[in-house]
Order: sequence, then structure tokens, then C-alpha cells
Amino acid sequence: MLEVKNLHAEVDGEEILKGINLTVRAGEVHAIMGPNGSGKSTFASVLAGKDKYTVTQGEVRFNGKNLLEMPIEQRAWEGLFLGFQYPVEIPGVSMANFLKEAIGEQRKYKGLPALSSAEFLKMMKEKSKIVEIGSNLTSRSVNEGFSGGEKKRNEIFQMAMLDPILSVLDETDSGLDIDALRIVATGVTHLKTAQNATIVITHYQRLLDYIVPDYVHVLYKGRIIHSAGKELALELEKRGYDWLIKDYDDE
Amino acid sequence: MNDILDTANNDYKYGFVTDIETEEFPRGLNEEIIRTISRKKGEPDWMLEFRLRAFRHWQTLKMPAWAHLNIPAIDYQDIIYYAVPKKKKLNSMDEVDPQLRETFEKLGIPLDEQKALTGVAVDAVMDSVSVKTTFRETLAEKGIIFCSFSEAVREYPELVRKYIGRVVPYTDNFFAALNSAVFSDGSFCYIPKGVRCPMELSTYFRINAANTGQFERTLIVADEGAYVSYLEGCTAPMRDENQLHAAIVEIIVEKDAEVKYSTVQNWYPGDKDGKGGVFNFVTKRGLCRGENAKLFWTQVETGSAITWKYPSCVLQGDNSIGEFYSVALTNNYQMADTGTKMIHLGRNTKSRIVSKGISAGYSHNSYRGLVRITAKAENSKNYSQCDSLLIGSQCGAHTFPDIRAGNKSSTIEHEATTSKIGEDQLFYCNQRGIDTERAIGLIVNGYAKEVLNKLPLEFAVEAQKLLSISLEGSIG
Repeated sequence: MLEVKNLHAEVDGEEILKGINLTVRAGEVHAIMGPNGSGKSTFASVLAGKDKYTVTQGEVRFNGKNLLEMPIEQRAWEGLFLGFQYPVEIPGVSMANFLKEAIGEQRKYKGLPALSSAEFLKMMKEKSKIVEIGSNLTSRSVNEGFSGGEKKRNEIFQMAMLDPILSVLDETDSGLDIDALRIVATGVTHLKTAQNATIVITHYQRLLDYIVPDYVHVLYKGRIIHSAGKELALELEKRGYDWLIKDYDDE
Repeated sequence: MNDILDTANNDYKYGFVTDIETEEFPRGLNEEIIRTISRKKGEPDWMLEFRLRAFRHWQTLKMPAWAHLNIPAIDYQDIIYYAVPKKKKLNSMDEVDPQLRETFEKLGIPLDEQKALTGVAVDAVMDSVSVKTTFRETLAEKGIIFCSFSEAVREYPELVRKYIGRVVPYTDNFFAALNSAVFSDGSFCYIPKGVRCPMELSTYFRINAANTGQFERTLIVADEGAYVSYLEGCTAPMRDENQLHAAIVEIIVEKDAEVKYSTVQNWYPGDKDGKGGVFNFVTKRGLCRGENAKLFWTQVETGSAITWKYPSCVLQGDNSIGEFYSVALTNNYQMADTGTKMIHLGRNTKSRIVSKGISAGYSHNSYRGLVRITAKAENSKNYSQCDSLLIGSQCGAHTFPDIRAGNKSSTIEHEATTSKIGEDQLFYCNQRGIDTERAIGLIVNGYAKEVLNKLPLEFAVEAQKLLSISLEGSIG
């Protein structure tokens, strides 16, 4: 589904990603861990197509198509979803309106007929249950005045609505108390199918207690330096990163 | 988003010219032209005298230069002051020139019977003469008068004479004097005591003939306890030359009466290089004459190359209320200097101002407002909120508030914000599958929501589309 080969990217002339290789297949959950500043969020942003970053080398294929050639919105229509670390507020635009627009555009791209208002509302109602979001939240402006936990739940709600093939969740657990974490993680697990995949970017093991990954990768200084099964997360929790990264610090 | 400069190829949706024969006057302005206008219209002597007094006063005036606008020199002797579509005097819709009807169709004006049944009575002003007024009879049953200004002068001279110039005297300003001298037509509306107008009244203005200035005059009188909601929409076809437009709107709100006046203005704004477009110099003012009178102005301004416009409220009656809600959007090389004046004369009077400016391209957008609470206007209140939204880095937003409190028992609050559409907001929308152009439309409509919500529903939908259309191509 996703194939990343030797991906290099820079911002303002500084290379952040230095040759990432990653393959994600349908039905899999991958966790990307690593210390601050290792390039985790950059990787997520580059996949989504944020134009602040320049890809200098490498290739990314998504569903067999060249992802890097697509504009940001087309990547979304193809089924790529980014759960933001810091969801953005859009005053005056209701969640319902925002999603109606987003889903409308996606359906247009796929050649599907537009949803009727009734169908759309029904879908909103169903999906909001997954993350225990009340209808008052969906009638409010996009993320405006939402608490940290509400914002993250709202990200997963949007994920549920857009039904992506690949979700990249960037530090979705940061700033969450244990209840919110459980709701978010349960939501993600609930949305998992054999046809879709998730990349979870996180600092902490605790999220991975709820979202059990098939693979854990350690990203450091712009490269994946170590990959293993879910047990790696536990080991990192106990031992930290030092034992893995010491070999790379002299570079 | 660095390239959110204006590379707009802003196709003006209403840019078509109707090929209808028009009867035109020679260019230029003198007493003879004014006498001819008055004679053509079959006006009584007092009306002609009014025009001539205004003209003589106008000759002593200079164009005002205080606005934050760069107005090219206007040669007032090079303008045609009157144009009438030929073939008029109609009894039913069938007699309306098919081409003219087609024009109205293109504009989406609900002039035909079906649309009229949706509850909009339209007085369509096309190049200076009212073509047809719908629903007159229904209104007449309630004693409501809604007709063209010329008709009102002929048929209700005592009413017109009583109120004309009461709120905006011809001595008020340069453009008011000019309008008073040459006004071609417009709408007149009178709601009698205690009558609630059962439908939204609507006027569409359209500038068609080349080189014709349009000078309408609207007079609305809501007698004691009356209520009316009035809608005004404007379009102008695309032309290279600038077209001058100088209108007057006067509103009189008597005791316990309420008037809502809503405008959606999308005159031709000129092309992406700032060529052509309408110069819009309008004097709009309402007088809350009696106690508890209420006047609400709502405007969505997206058109015109130059906008100079300050719909104002004079709160004379005790406990009277004036509100002003505005969205002004400028793109490319448009310039707008718009705002309001709230003059508190009566006790316990209240005013509220919500102004939302949106600037894109190389445009300049200014809010100019005066809040004056006089010594006698005890316990009065004003709240003003002036927000500016910038799209790109080549445009300008300016705020010129003038606040004068004449007593100690009154309160005045003023809030102002300036924001930019953020790269992060656009990225967020893009990532959800909403392209940048749609995202800007969404964000701008969200920003303007508080004002759009004040418009009657049908108008609000149109205004929403208009905001998005006006920003098309405002990003690279």
C-alpha cells in the first residue's frame, strides 16, 4: 500500500530526512518512535505534502501511484489521512460544514454521487459515537475552543468520517489524560480493518498498550535505525533510546 | 502560500451587456440638462426647483479628498446623466422586452411571476428607470406604497415633498448634491402606521449603458409602529471605462417602527490590473425619529473599483437603536473606504457596529466609523467590533475610528482585530481534501458569518457564493 524508498527531505536547506525506507501493507499497524527532533513529524508532513518541505531524493508509492507528484488534497482523496499533533482552529466554520465539504470533494474525485443531507447527518451521528463526541461538538466551529482532548478526539472523528486507507497519526497521544487516551485509542482500533493501515507516531509506549502495533520502528536523525515487533516498544520504555542511538551519535 | 499574491483572472460573472436601445442625453451637466430630465419625468415645479438648488450648491463644492482612496480625476462634463431603455409603459410581464427579461433572468432577478410568488416584490431599476414593480397590488391592500421614485413624485407628491432631503440634505456632501440635482430614478417605499410589511421588498440596480452615471434615490418611510425589511442588490456589466454611481438612500423610522435594510453589492470591480470598474459614492443614512425606533443596516460589499459608503444612523428618538453589520471584500486593485456613523441624540439610545473587512491582492480596505454620543444622549451605549482579514501580503487593511462621548453616563466599547489566513489553516483544509480556493472560501465565509447571519436567508446564500466567487484566483 505504501512504499517509501530512500526518502530525503529538507527544510530551509537543512536535511531532516536522510533516506527513509518503509513498507506498509494493508491490515498493518506501524509505530514510529524516536527521541525529539529525529524527524518523525517531518516524515508525516512530507507524506501529506506540506510544501514547507522539499523532497530531494527518493520515492513514495501509495496504492501503486507516485504520491509525491500529487497535490495535498489529491493525496487525501486517494485515502491518506494525517492526524495532526496540533489541530488547527477555523473560526466560524462548523465541523459539519467542514466535513461536508471534505467528503463532498472526496466523493467527487471518486466519481460517487454527493451525499444527501440526511445521509450525511446519519453518518455524522454514527461516527461520532466511535470517539464519544457529542453532537454539540460537531455543531461547533472547527477545533475552536476545543480542549486538548477534544481536539484529538475530533481528529479521530474526522478519520472515521473520511474512511482513509492509510492514517498517519502524529503524536495523537500527546497532552491526553488517560481517559482521553483510551477513547482515542479505542476509536483507532475500532476503525482498523484488513483493508486499511495505520502509522502511529509516538513518544510513549502507553498509547501502544491500546493500539497494538505489528511493527515498531525507531527513527533517529532522519533514518529508521531499528525495526522490530511490538516488544520493541516495551524495551524502549524500559531502556530508553541510548542503547540504540549511541552508534549514530558520532556522525 | 507565499504565492498568495494576486494573479487573479477574476472573471466577472455578470459581465454581459444587453443590447437594448436606450434613449440617451448628450454628455455633460448644466441647468438645461437638469430641466430636461425633470421635464422628461413630468415633475412638478417644486421638484425641479429642488434639483436646481442642489445643482447650484454642487457647483460651489469640491470632491472630498479625505477618504483613504486614490480616486482618479473624474470629468463630470464627460458623463451622460440620463439613459432610459426605450419602449416602456407596460401593463404585464408579457410586454417586457424579451431581451430585458433575459438580462434579468441571467441576473437571477425574481421578476417573473413564479419567483414573485416566493414572496419578493421587486422594483428593478435598470439604467435609471424602473421597469416593472411586482406585487404592488398586494402591498396596496395594506396601504403600503412601493414604487419607482418618479412615480412617487407624480402620484404621492405630498409624501415625497415632506420627506425628501430630510435625512440627507443636498448640502450634505458633494455626491449628495450631485445626486439631488440629477437623480434619475430609484425606489420609494412608505409603510403606514402599525403595518408590518408581509414580504421582503427588493430592488435590483444595474448599470448598463456605457458612460452613464447612475444616480438613484431611495426613500423609505416607516410610520409609527411599522416594519419593513428592504433588500438591495446591484450588478453592472463589464466595461472598460469607469462608471460613476452616486446614490442616496434616506430612511425615516418613526416611533416604535423598525427598518432592516440589506445590501449585496457586486458592481463590476474592474479587471485584475485595476482597469475599469464602478466608482461607487453613496450616501446612506437613516433617522430614528421617534422613541424606540430601530434601524438595522447590513451590507455585503464585494464589487466596485472604488467604494465610498457609510450607512449611518441618527438616533434622535429616546431608546432608539441603530445597528450596522458589514462585510467588505476587496481583491486585485479595488479600494474601499466604508463604515458607518452612529449619532446618538436621544437618551438611552443604543448602537452596535460589526465590521468585517477582507483584503486580497493589491487592494486597500478601510473601515471608517464615527460614534458620537451627544451631551443630551444620557445612558447611551455603543459597541463596535472591527475585524480585518488579510489574504496575501500585498494588500492593506486600515481602521479609522472616531469616537466622541459627550456625557459621563454612556458607555462606548471598541474592539479591533487583524488576522491573516494562516498557512496552517490551509494545510489542514488541504489535508482533508479541500483545495486551497475552496478552503479560502470556507474560511472567509466563517469569518463573515456573524454578518451573513443578519441577512434574509435567500440573500445570505447569494452573499456566501459571492464572497467565494470574488476571491476566485486570489491565490497563485
